[in-house]
Amino acid sequence: MSDIDIRRVLQEELNNIAPEVDMASVDPAADLREAIDIDSMDFLTFITAIHHRLGIDIPEVDYPKLVTLDGAIAYITAHLKSHRG
Amino acid sequence: MVEFCMPSLGADMEAGTLVEWLVKPGDWVKRGDVVAVVETQKGAIEIETYQPGQIEKILVDLNSKVPVGTPLARIRGEGEAAAPAPAPPTAPAAAPAAPLPVQPPVRPLPPPIAVAPGAAGVRVSPAARRLAEERGIDLATVTGSGPGGAITYPDVEHRHGEAAAPPEKKRAIGLDLPAMRIAIAAAMARSKREIPHYYLEHQVDVTGCEQWLTRKNATLPPDSRLLIGALAIKAVALAARGFPAFNGFYRDGKFEPAPAVHVGVAIAIRGGGLASPALHDADQLSLDELMSRMRDLIQRTRSGRIRSSEMSDPTVTVSSLGERGVEALYGIIYPPQVAIIGFGKVVTRPWVVDGAIAPRSVVTITLSGDHRVTDGHAGALFLAEIGKLMQEPEKL
Repeated sequence: MSDIDIRRVLQEELNNIAPEVDMASVDPAADLREAIDIDSMDFLTFITAIHHRLGIDIPEVDYPKLVTLDGAIAYITAHLKSHRG
Repeated sequence: MVEFCMPSLGADMEAGTLVEWLVKPGDWVKRGDVVAVVETQKGAIEIETYQPGQIEKILVDLNSKVPVGTPLARIRGEGEAAAPAPAPPTAPAAAPAAPLPVQPPVRPLPPPIAVAPGAAGVRVSPAARRLAEERGIDLATVTGSGPGGAITYPDVEHRHGEAAAPPEKKRAIGLDLPAMRIAIAAAMARSKREIPHYYLEHQVDVTGCEQWLTRKNATLPPDSRLLIGALAIKAVALAARGFPAFNGFYRDGKFEPAPAVHVGVAIAIRGGGLASPALHDADQLSLDELMSRMRDLIQRTRSGRIRSSEMSDPTVTVSSLGERGVEALYGIIYPPQVAIIGFGKVVTRPWVVDGAIAPRSVVTITLSGDHRVTDGHAGALFLAEIGKLMQEPEKL
């Protein structure tokens, strides 16, 4: 799965939570909680969706690494790579 | 014989539009079954029946807007004799001509459940099918939430909102935010006019509670993890059981305590909406069960799919700011309830523990109480009990 695919999956899931947001215009380095106004329940929904779609069970202690789009992509890429090889 | 009426889904509702029947004459229903869908200011609401029995007659056509209290259908209780089958009072035999060319779907209703083409075994209500056709939605892509997984009107509406609308315009279609704002304004203005509020606040060290949650969640997959908000609801529910003067309704000049604890959960809706549907019997639920119900309730509320009983019967409300926002909120009581409890965001503060200053996680809990029913003294005991329960998460 390429970075572009991962980005697309994450943007889709964030759009399910925040349908009115144009994800293309969101700064990939911005804190998603502020940038698209999501609360702790929304964030848990996001983490749950990643678990279901990509099979990655992200522990709570790693949540801070996923609060930006770039951070989430880097985390998931690293995770997929380490599990492949 | 019992009439199934347009329910009042909150103090501010005057009328609703019937957009879907999920039953037809002859169907048996049990208490709690969803029988119809009504559009209100708060979105499309699934209406449940409290009366078990057999649907005898549907009294209101689809897409009719009727005032609260209007009979929608007649239900015959179990054991009651059927109405004499022949000689219906209004329609003489063989009078098929419709008197007026009203909307196409009129009585007698077609069977509401049929089999969807291309999705063997999936049941689809006619209103849902019509909407899907209008909007070009493949029913095979819609997940049903009706009885036995049947696809209902809100399911298709929701699917449409998800899939078909352009991204910058997408929003749950059942939600009309300007109308919701009018409803909020009416309820809150009435509250401030009628209810003499008093306010209390209490700061509670929830470090232990957070540590307990972290340990528990470390062993769980994401869809089973708990949020501190679920613990807050459980703590309020348990405390309310011990302080019944905060759990119930003020009506006709007197307080009626409620026999059960249905916690209203204040849920912010994107774009500027707010609803507080009930989490039923929250005091009886395990934390896991409560969390999963809360997730479901928030998800349905934000997509405009609340059930009638959830709208109409919260006995006390909790409003929680979550991890963002500010340290304290003072709620306005939702009439006819008599209390609302606010949870601010958890912050790290210097705190004295065993005679030494240490950084601790602290939350400010507030109570807005109705002075016609309780005083600050009772309120303080109630609020202190909530704080104590938050510090004993293993007992929640």
